[in-house]
Amino acid sequence: MGSPCLKTVGAPSLEELRNSPAFPKSEDFMRGPIAVIECIEEIPCNPCETSCRKGAIVIGDPITNLPRIDFEKCIGCGICVAACPGLAIYIKDYTYSDEEARISFPYEYLPLPQKGDVVQLIGRTGEMVCSGTVIGMQNSRQNDRTTIVTVAYPKNFFDEVISMKRIKNKS
Amino acid sequence: MNSFPIVVIGAGPAGLSAAIEAAKAGAKVLVIDENLKPGGQLFKQIHKFFGSRVHKAGVRGMDIGRQLLEETKNLGIEVWLDTEVCGIDQTKNIWAIRNKDTSVNIRAEKVIVASGATENAVRFPGWTLPGVMGAGAAQTMINTNHVLPGKKILMVGSGNVGVIVSYQLLQAGAEVVGIIEAAPQLGGYGVHTAKVRRAGVPFYTAHTIKRAMGDHCVAGAEIVGLDAGWNPIPGTEKVLKIDTICLATGLTPLTELAWIAGCEFTYIPELGGHVPIHDLHMESTVKGIYIAGDISGVEEASTAMEEGRLAGISAAADLGCYTAEEKRKRTLEIWDHLNALRCGQFGQKRRDAKDRILAVGKEMISWAVHV
Amino acid sequence: MTRICEHPILGDLTGVDQVTIIVDGKPYPAHEGEMIAAALLANDIKTFRYTAHQHRPRGIYCGIGRCTDCIMTVDGIPNIRTCITPVRDGMVIETQYGVGEWKRGDHHE
Repeated sequence: MGSPCLKTVGAPSLEELRNSPAFPKSEDFMRGPIAVIECIEEIPCNPCETSCRKGAIVIGDPITNLPRIDFEKCIGCGICVAACPGLAIYIKDYTYSDEEARISFPYEYLPLPQKGDVVQLIGRTGEMVCSGTVIGMQNSRQNDRTTIVTVAYPKNFFDEVISMKRIKNKS
Repeated sequence: MNSFPIVVIGAGPAGLSAAIEAAKAGAKVLVIDENLKPGGQLFKQIHKFFGSRVHKAGVRGMDIGRQLLEETKNLGIEVWLDTEVCGIDQTKNIWAIRNKDTSVNIRAEKVIVASGATENAVRFPGWTLPGVMGAGAAQTMINTNHVLPGKKILMVGSGNVGVIVSYQLLQAGAEVVGIIEAAPQLGGYGVHTAKVRRAGVPFYTAHTIKRAMGDHCVAGAEIVGLDAGWNPIPGTEKVLKIDTICLATGLTPLTELAWIAGCEFTYIPELGGHVPIHDLHMESTVKGIYIAGDISGVEEASTAMEEGRLAGISAAADLGCYTAEEKRKRTLEIWDHLNALRCGQFGQKRRDAKDRILAVGKEMISWAVHV
Repeated sequence: MTRICEHPILGDLTGVDQVTIIVDGKPYPAHEGEMIAAALLANDIKTFRYTAHQHRPRGIYCGIGRCTDCIMTVDGIPNIRTCITPVRDGMVIETQYGVGEWKRGDHHE
């Protein structure tokens, strides 16, 4: 298999991701919020495609095709984030503010952070990258218990951050 | 003597799907399960399933379980729980024990065996200590029984079961100290491994467990690196402080009832070992006995449900509930669903293995109608 | 305490009726209807029996009633699979040694 990092470390490297068809180029990130799909293996799965109301994500037939995204159609709405059974999609916005970028990622642990909390943000191997401020939480019925947490964080860590460190229970 | 046109053995995803399809066609169905509750292992699958809409992708396994039970109820399908099938003969007489104390005989015209699979063990010094358990057992403890089997876990095996259960152990509040994999590469889907890796769980590829430590229960584990020939490399031992060892080292089809019934078998290691030979309609070499789900080769709940539907349609059609043309049409439709799940870098191997069973089936099942 | 009280997917798991089980002579709390094995784990009891010849401890292994590793003597009846047998208020559960011993004449209720 052509993804040595994914298949030994457990997480894909940025290089492996950049070689996959769905991963945005740096100019795509300049458009505003867009979906980033970290799904680089041919698995039989297509809820990202069927959930997208803009028709921006295409898998087609067979359903093991790797997803592709048309970033002209993607508006970063985030519906695919909770729809993805692999929890492999997040929304990133490089244009959020002058200093900060924004990420919305799926989160299925307790306790949940609160809006306004400062949380530790992590990279693909769980390494601490920087801290960020929770600016939104979304858990509609459609999410089916996959909460989407939105965090603002410093732009210079734009590529590395993909999620937040789990909050340790007090007990 | 109880008499039913169709008896389904096993109320898991395959068995319930089979019963639902057969009942929808108008056949009277009895479902038998040894457990106190129906659903098989679906209710501990709390994650969202893969696949496409026809496979209920994006729905959590436990909710698919609820939907199947709802349909079973709405169709008025009779379900006997706490009923253990002890034997089936070639004339489809079934002998079972109900409620652990009553012997019953059931006469069936068609039998669908959907008995599932059981977890494999690996043996190492200390493997019998309390605290060493199947990954599925740990999953049952957390998701069905709502207790943690331990606080610090070592997962043995990085296939989908190993990584999914690791993720669910994290969700339940345990710490997964590591996941070891004897092969040089991880086995499970990358999206699953990525999920636990970003949660801080380290993977140890080319590693095996050397021993479980502890006198009365697991108090630690010694792991060791493996060379290219799968031999332990002296000096690479590492002691992990853990209290639970979960074994996610594959499953074996539960085939006893098919053996007893006289079904012919073939050996397919990729699907878990000996599996009953069957045709495109899931009919075994014993006419009127069908199989579905993990007994026909270990895969996943999504494929089990489709195979169950195939078996249910065939059994109902063979009782005259469908015309040959309807049976053909529906069978082909479900094969499309199955083929969609059996392709790509993970699925193709299973597709090839299944094709080998069907090829033997074609030779051995003389009455098989090939679609 | 190893009970899972709240869970991101399963929700709030408290509010279950409590019963009392007697394990090797001592009372322990359990949840109505849960499996004996789960109740024992929740009370940090991991060893369920000792083997006949080498007196080795055993506990939960498969969790679904297949392997019989978790058998104990329950209400006087040996070899009860604790992972698939629900608790009842006042149930008497004993660590099993070897193949166990029948402690009453009638083995059905």
